[in-house]
Amino acid sequence: MRGLVKRYGDLVAVDGIDFEVRPGACLGVLGPNGAGKTTTIEILEGLKPPDGGSVEVLGRSWNESPREIQERIGVQLQETEFQDKLTVFELLRMFRSFYLHGSDIESVVRTIGLQEKRNARVKTLSGGQKQRLSIGCALLNEPEILFLDEPTSGLDPQARRRLWEVVESFKSGGGTVVLTTHYMEEAERLADDLIILDHGRVIARGSPSAIVASLGAESVVRFALAGTDIHELAEDELNALQGVRSMRYEGATISLSVVDTPGVIAGLFDLIERRGLVLEDLHTHRATLEDVFVSLTGKQLRDD
Amino acid sequence: MTRLQEIRELTRVRVLLFFREPEAIFWVFVFPIVLAAVLGFAFRSGGIEPSTVAVVQGEGLARLTEAFEQDEYLEVEIFEVREEAFDKLRKAAVDLVIEPGDPPRVSFDPDRSEAATARLRVERALMPAADGATEPLVQLEPVTETGSRYIDFLFPGLLGMNLMGTGMWGVGFAIADVRRRKFLRRLMVTPMRRSSFFISFIMSRLVFLVLEIVVLAGFGRWILGVPFRGDVISFMIVCVLGGVTFAGLGILVASRVRTIEGVSGLMNLVMMPMWLASGVFFSYEKFPDVLHPVLRLLPLTALNDSLRAVMIDGDSILQHGSEFAVLACWCAVTFLVALKIFRWE
Ligand SMILES: Nc1ncnc2c1ncn2[C@@H]1O[C@H](COP(=O)(O)OP(=O)(O)OP(=O)(O)O)[C@@H](O)[C@H]1O
Ligand SMILES: [Mg+2]
Repeated sequence: MRGLVKRYGDLVAVDGIDFEVRPGACLGVLGPNGAGKTTTIEILEGLKPPDGGSVEVLGRSWNESPREIQERIGVQLQETEFQDKLTVFELLRMFRSFYLHGSDIESVVRTIGLQEKRNARVKTLSGGQKQRLSIGCALLNEPEILFLDEPTSGLDPQARRRLWEVVESFKSGGGTVVLTTHYMEEAERLADDLIILDHGRVIARGSPSAIVASLGAESVVRFALAGTDIHELAEDELNALQGVRSMRYEGATISLSVVDTPGVIAGLFDLIERRGLVLEDLHTHRATLEDVFVSLTGKQLRDD
Repeated sequence: MTRLQEIRELTRVRVLLFFREPEAIFWVFVFPIVLAAVLGFAFRSGGIEPSTVAVVQGEGLARLTEAFEQDEYLEVEIFEVREEAFDKLRKAAVDLVIEPGDPPRVSFDPDRSEAATARLRVERALMPAADGATEPLVQLEPVTETGSRYIDFLFPGLLGMNLMGTGMWGVGFAIADVRRRKFLRRLMVTPMRRSSFFISFIMSRLVFLVLEIVVLAGFGRWILGVPFRGDVISFMIVCVLGGVTFAGLGILVASRVRTIEGVSGLMNLVMMPMWLASGVFFSYEKFPDVLHPVLRLLPLTALNDSLRAVMIDGDSILQHGSEFAVLACWCAVTFLVALKIFRWE
């Protein structure tokens, strides 16, 4: 897609996004609430017309051959609620009837691991099972591209992992995936390419490791001060330490993006001692997408 | 898969969902039967009502009660205290009070038609005693015609009302529900044809329609004894056309509204006038003459009139082209408009 724009009244939800998805790869779209992820993916799915820019899916445009695209894509929407009183099999059978070509319903039931729930009503499924059913509905036509909008929001880690397995098995069959998420872990595990959105704009793109590398830091060092305002330590003082690439105040803590972690920590101890302050709660971790995100936007990916 | 399979599966899902909704079963099948039974019982013209007369103790009491015994439609209650009898009269528990004397004195409420009947019966009972004539003045030939009772009028109206209610609620609610669940959007990203979506509603309505008609008409025919004089084909044509028309109205009502509450409100707004003015419980001829042509343009009026003509008068639908045309127009127009304005997103 090129130069995509979508407005809701005065609000510009998507502001000139362009990207391409390589066949057989998984593109992860990462961003905080309201970044424009759903809007972007729904434009790709043909649910919303863009106000500007052009979209091509599988080499076709939505205006010219919508049915052909629909035959060849699988979609899971962020908020669909299935009819409680239908069974898993009944629901899949209905979706199957819309497609000219596709797989056997039983094999989809196996893929999503719901054999035991085949004849159970949707109402009795757990959140994770419902989500897998939702993906099952998207897999019935053996799609070439699978669109997933926050497939694991609100799921516990185990349910999340089971769902990832379903997506991975689709990928290993040569399928292309477009996935939105707020979860770093999910993006790191599933995505080959990433774009990070904020306020409807792309603020970073590339492979997960390239994006992390773009931070120019290996690790993040985070600490607080006991009984003193953290602003006691001035920005210049910290930036002057050997190996610090950037620093930020985050609530009651200070976060440093660094290369050479041991050197920075030694320098930091030194500095704190000289100033007669007391260090509290020091920890370090390898730089992640989350850190890239925070350093780019000053916001956490998730509110929780 | 083929177009036909798509429609079949969508219809199957609609039918399954309906049968898994116990309330729906109640409103479609049980409620109209209960309503017909209750109204039929309450307004039954149960033959001739006897008159109850209060006789006050006094000279000549025996002569009066003896005369009244001759008439099977006179029930006598004897009161020792005059005031008690008048108290009953005020409460309309008796139709008149008679005090022995020469001539006996009769008190009644001239505004009650039962009182007038009772008065005539009392006078007639006392007449032979007066002039000695024993021969009846006229010969009586009771005529009992089915098809002229209130229930016979009511039943086709209830059937029409039920077709309207189930068509509109059944379809309107189902659409509002898929919309609320955002399930409609999910369908929009599949190659499902939009027309199949609508056709599935019509098809599932037809399935219920057949069940509904069989259950209700069977109840009317065999339990209430309502006549079915017309031919079955005409009857089915009227029912199907009515059912489809109201399903179309249901789609129309739900075509833009986003919430269940919005749909129910709009639905009531559309149906309420027809419950009253389309001749369900009483004939629309009770409204001023100038309104009749307008009332006949309402779809429920056309449906009720056709049902009555076919069931009670034994007409064929061919004799009722204008009602048929009114229904057909509603059907065509509602579908066209609904398709035009339907909000998919
Ligand atoms: N139908 C709509 N009408 C008006 N504004 C909308 C509409 N849909 C989305 N928006 C706005 O557009 C912006 C982008 O929304 P979008 O749903 O694409 O975000 P998102 O990245 O998917 O967020 P989330 O992580 O919460 O799902 C938000 O500010 C949202 O409030
Ligand atoms: Mg979203």
